[in-house]
Amino acid sequence: MLKLNNVSVNYGAFTAVKNVDIEVHPGEIVVLLGSNGAGKSTTFNSISGLNKPSSGEILYDEQNIVGFPPDQIVNLGIIQCAEGRNLFPGMTVQENLMMGGYVHRKNKIHVKERLEEVYEMFPILKEKHNESAGSLSGGQQQMVAIGRALMGDPQYMLLDEPSIGLAPLIVEQMFAKIKQINDGGTSILLAEQNANAALKIADRGYVFENGQIAVQGTAEELLTNEEVRKAYIGA
Amino acid sequence: MSRLLLNKRFALSGLLLLVLVLPLITSNAYMIRILILTFIWTIAVYGLNLLAGYTGYLSLAHAGFFALGAYTLAILTVTVGLSYWLAFILTLVFTSIVGALIGMIALRTREHFFAIYTLCVGYIIYLIIYNWEGMTGGVRGFIGIPSPGSIGPLEFNSQISNYYLVLFFLVLTIVVIYRIVHSLQGRTFMAIRNSEDLAKTIGISTTKNKLIAFILSTFFAGLAGALFASFTRFIGPEISNITMTFDFLVYLLIGGIGTLSGPVIGTFIIVWISQELQFLQDYRMLVFGPILVILIIFAPRGISGFIIDWNLKRKAKKQQIESMKDMENNQEVKEG
Ligand SMILES: Nc1ncnc2c1ncn2[C@@H]1O[C@H](COP(=O)(O)OP(=O)(O)OP(=O)(O)O)[C@@H](O)[C@H]1O
Ligand SMILES: [Mg+2]
Repeated sequence: MLKLNNVSVNYGAFTAVKNVDIEVHPGEIVVLLGSNGAGKSTTFNSISGLNKPSSGEILYDEQNIVGFPPDQIVNLGIIQCAEGRNLFPGMTVQENLMMGGYVHRKNKIHVKERLEEVYEMFPILKEKHNESAGSLSGGQQQMVAIGRALMGDPQYMLLDEPSIGLAPLIVEQMFAKIKQINDGGTSILLAEQNANAALKIADRGYVFENGQIAVQGTAEELLTNEEVRKAYIGA
Repeated sequence: MSRLLLNKRFALSGLLLLVLVLPLITSNAYMIRILILTFIWTIAVYGLNLLAGYTGYLSLAHAGFFALGAYTLAILTVTVGLSYWLAFILTLVFTSIVGALIGMIALRTREHFFAIYTLCVGYIIYLIIYNWEGMTGGVRGFIGIPSPGSIGPLEFNSQISNYYLVLFFLVLTIVVIYRIVHSLQGRTFMAIRNSEDLAKTIGISTTKNKLIAFILSTFFAGLAGALFASFTRFIGPEISNITMTFDFLVYLLIGGIGTLSGPVIGTFIIVWISQELQFLQDYRMLVFGPILVILIIFAPRGISGFIIDWNLKRKAKKQQIESMKDMENNQEVKEG
């Protein structure tokens, strides 16, 4: 289980995340909803070890991972697919994916198998494996970003706004893939502004406002919650 | 694609053949001397390229490490009295260890702070060499450094034998750098250059890998320095001066930072132009300055990067034309 206990994160004097409690149980999809600047990415980065919480603890299977270096956290099986389809622009699609297998670099056979699995999930990437990552469409780039995170064999995958800037039809396909990844046994923590699409596949969710959790509940509860509907679904 | 590769192979072997037979067809000792020095600078520039070009950390202590290699070899051979090749190997080990220690501290900073920090490190090395007269000879310099010791029947007393020795190390350097750049280690460096946070999120220990890049760069600086000391047999503190670092940097920028052929191209072209413009003396910089500025604006990845991009563009254009032709053909089929 991944568990955040009373976590706060500061940028200088500014507190971006305040006393946050989050739980992700094995096999779940949990969504963090929140508008721009609410603190979703900050929370993700503190789980990944990219920034250090000023207080609180982050437990992974009972072990406090606060202060662990990021590469060790990846090795434990918590892998983030960062916001904004951040790819290695000078590398081909396949090279990008292979970089995701970095933590398993000593086990070449495993990496190869993983690559085939990713290609099975996203056949278009196999077709374009030799093309430069920068030449792909937005949706395809997001597939590379997700595929690259999958290459590391995550137990827990942190997906930061995978739908941002994508056409509605592509968003739908993307969420279907995320569900498929989850069905394969990977627990998922998903940051989103697209509440409708995200809650459809999620088990539970938290709503962030100004770095704090304003509402939480099961996906059905949040979908029917008046405030949530007003703020994120527009109905 | 394969034709391009073949052409490249052909050009490379031609070039190698040329530098191999050059001393046999010319008796111009001055030219051979300049070529040997150019080979040595190139090795140093390759070291700088690995760190500044591929990993994205601009070190301004490079001449310091070059001088460290040169003076360590001088001290180990002359003062300590070790045999040449033992001293040579110890020099490489020593510069790498010093590189590791300095790198550990320097790499806690980044971007311009890293540049400033390494600038200070380079200056401190200069001050030490300049002031520690008992060890380094201070301003007077260090004289009487032996030529490379013989290996079996191979002796390195003549200029031509030194030419081949240095050329051997240059080719070795290029091969090693080529292998590194095309390995996972090389892609790891480039991942760090691209974005350290992204590199971290895929599990790369940036601390460790930046240190590896730093040590490798000091290793090649030390190698170049050691070769320099035993070729010129006399060294002075000016080789650790910041102007020397800037020379390396200019070679790298003009040739193409972060490219494989950049260090060779840049060093050869600039050394050659400098020779041609020698009559201008220090006013040469009046020519170099504007060239450098124009190049950075229009070809930020130097000559080599410019050629690479140009080739890519040409290829893309060709593909576009072909796909357009395909479309026209299809239309004709439909209409017909
Ligand atoms: N490196 C930083 N330094 C200072 N402040 C930051 C930094 N990164 C984020 N912030 C601030 O912290 C707050 C939370 O930002 P964060 O990026 O976590 O939001 P988010 O929920 O991910 O938003 P978005 O949906 O736009 O990605 C914002 O007010 C932001 O301006
Ligand atoms: Mg964000």
